[in-house]
Amino acid sequence: MSATFIGMPGNFPENAAKAVQNSQLRFNLRKATHTIRDRRASVVGELPDWQELRAAGKAIKDHTLRNLERYLLRMEEAVTRAGGTVHWARDADEANRIVTDLVKATGETEVVKVKSMATQEIGLNEALAEHGIAAYETDLAELIVQLGDDFPSHILVPAIHRNRSEIREIFLDRMPEVSPDLTDDPPALTEAARLHLRERFLRSKVAISGANFMIAETGTLVVLESEGNGRMCLSLPETLISVVGIEKLLPSWRDLEVFLQLLPRSSTGERMNPYTSMWTGAVEGQEFHLVLLDNGRTDVLADEVGRQALRCIRCSACLNVCPVYERAGGHAYGSVYPGPIGAILTPQLRGMGSELDASLPFASSLCGACYDVCPVAIDIPEVLVDLRAKAPHAAAERAGMKVAGWILNDHERLAKAQRAATKLRRLVPKRRLPGPLSAWTDTRDVPEIPEESFRDWWERTGRGERSGGPTEEGLRGASEEW
Amino acid sequence: MSAREEILSRIRKAVGGAEDVEIPRGYRTERQVDDLVGLFAERVDDYRAIVHVVPSAEVPAMIDACVKGKRMVIPEGFGRDGGWDDLRTADGVLTNCAVAIAETGTIVLDHGPGQGTRAQTLVPDYHLCVVWADQIVPGVPEAVARLDPSRPLTWISGPSATSDIELNRVEGVHGPRTLEVVIST
Repeated sequence: MSATFIGMPGNFPENAAKAVQNSQLRFNLRKATHTIRDRRASVVGELPDWQELRAAGKAIKDHTLRNLERYLLRMEEAVTRAGGTVHWARDADEANRIVTDLVKATGETEVVKVKSMATQEIGLNEALAEHGIAAYETDLAELIVQLGDDFPSHILVPAIHRNRSEIREIFLDRMPEVSPDLTDDPPALTEAARLHLRERFLRSKVAISGANFMIAETGTLVVLESEGNGRMCLSLPETLISVVGIEKLLPSWRDLEVFLQLLPRSSTGERMNPYTSMWTGAVEGQEFHLVLLDNGRTDVLADEVGRQALRCIRCSACLNVCPVYERAGGHAYGSVYPGPIGAILTPQLRGMGSELDASLPFASSLCGACYDVCPVAIDIPEVLVDLRAKAPHAAAERAGMKVAGWILNDHERLAKAQRAATKLRRLVPKRRLPGPLSAWTDTRDVPEIPEESFRDWWERTGRGERSGGPTEEGLRGASEEW
Repeated sequence: MSAREEILSRIRKAVGGAEDVEIPRGYRTERQVDDLVGLFAERVDDYRAIVHVVPSAEVPAMIDACVKGKRMVIPEGFGRDGGWDDLRTADGVLTNCAVAIAETGTIVLDHGPGQGTRAQTLVPDYHLCVVWADQIVPGVPEAVARLDPSRPLTWISGPSATSDIELNRVEGVHGPRTLEVVIST
């Protein structure tokens, strides 16, 4: 059973400081993220209308969120009409309870799973295990994570932090049927996973999935994948349960023409992913349940700046271009949603009550690469800055900021403060400030305080027209607009 | 309050007063492609699938050559006898498709006549699909417009693949490891 992120201790800076010491991890991540970002850039470049698709994607999502109630009701009606059953879950516990009861009603004790962020977010596998139900992940990377008792570290490729020889070790250790001669050649490892899961697919009676999109107009669910494990789970078992966040909705069938171009090119860097399955209600004699999940999403929706995070289609392009993610890796974020999108989504979904969650909005250099690649144009830096202001700050820091605000708000107060600083300049340390202020000078030198401020010089010399100009030191200070 | 009522009421409260958004659809919904068959064949080939382009009269002989010696599942409505019934021991499956997309090299099954059930096109390790030239559309929007969402749909772009190990693409995981496409002109 893979571990869960919920209640994870620590904070991002500490986690990241530890992670960057791991040179193997840094090598694996660098190789993987650079490969995928080049592939993305090349297939995105093929489409002359990429920016128009991006603008449409953004607007479709915003329109859906604005009218979410209407579209959810339409979805419910369409799924029900097509023979499916719709359930609503306020939070993780309620969703887990619904799914557990549905599985118990079938009498089965094993389920197969399609990779799903929503079920990871709610810790479904662990909840099922408490009731004696074993959930088997079937996506190759999820399987690697589950067998290795590990945490996922990437939205699309959860085992991105593992290289081939580590994966071989995990398989040898945890797949009893595997020959000790197994090599670390990716095709050989893939073949081992195929054989390991084949019989399970053919005999499983219950499957659990998420969905990439749901179409309100028609009640259709859409799952994009590569391996065929999704098709196995979605079409072979007698009962299918899909747990889907309420923000995954699209209003109309036609909207897929936008998102089926945006998502594959942004996520795996392909013109199209190998397999996409679409189904409406109960299909080919199957029993179908849809669990609509809130779990904090309506709180995010209530935030005027932060709600754009709900546009996210989980492509992971922002992770692949992020200089912080590339070095720190996904585990440092302590959430199933790592990287830039995780840094804005996790603190909004979970709140900033824990030290870890409160540190996430600072896990960025605000370079903006994530915004540039986002297929639905989420302005991640804007949300980060907004969350930083909302994050808890120490009383002394708040007081200091308040005083600074009071001084900077009034030009006379500022002039007085500048004059006071000039008088005390000999007392200010050259490089490092003492006490708690040292955190600020850990990464920069103390700026030099000039012997005369620009304002005073400007006054004294009659707007710079009289002689008796500044000393060399004063001029340097003036050019820094002190 | 039921979960449904509570979620809906939270939504009402959260978005109350927010402005609605117009959807700009300035992207291409129709595209000009001079050689649809050629582009489709090239894009399918990019996924390392096997592609043949043949005149319609030669399609039966082409199928014969492809399936020779194989136990093939042949779905109802394909119009060909001699199918193998047991999915687990079949070598492959032979189908038509509903739509094909040139720009992305995708075939779409709606599991209508001649296209089999979802399981039939998934369990066997080899999928041979016949595409008629007039089924090929230039891009994704044209395909979405032609499809019926009330049917189960399977979009297939090349053989099953994974990039989960060091982002190396490996063909063949759980779906058919070999995809062969016969395009009839």
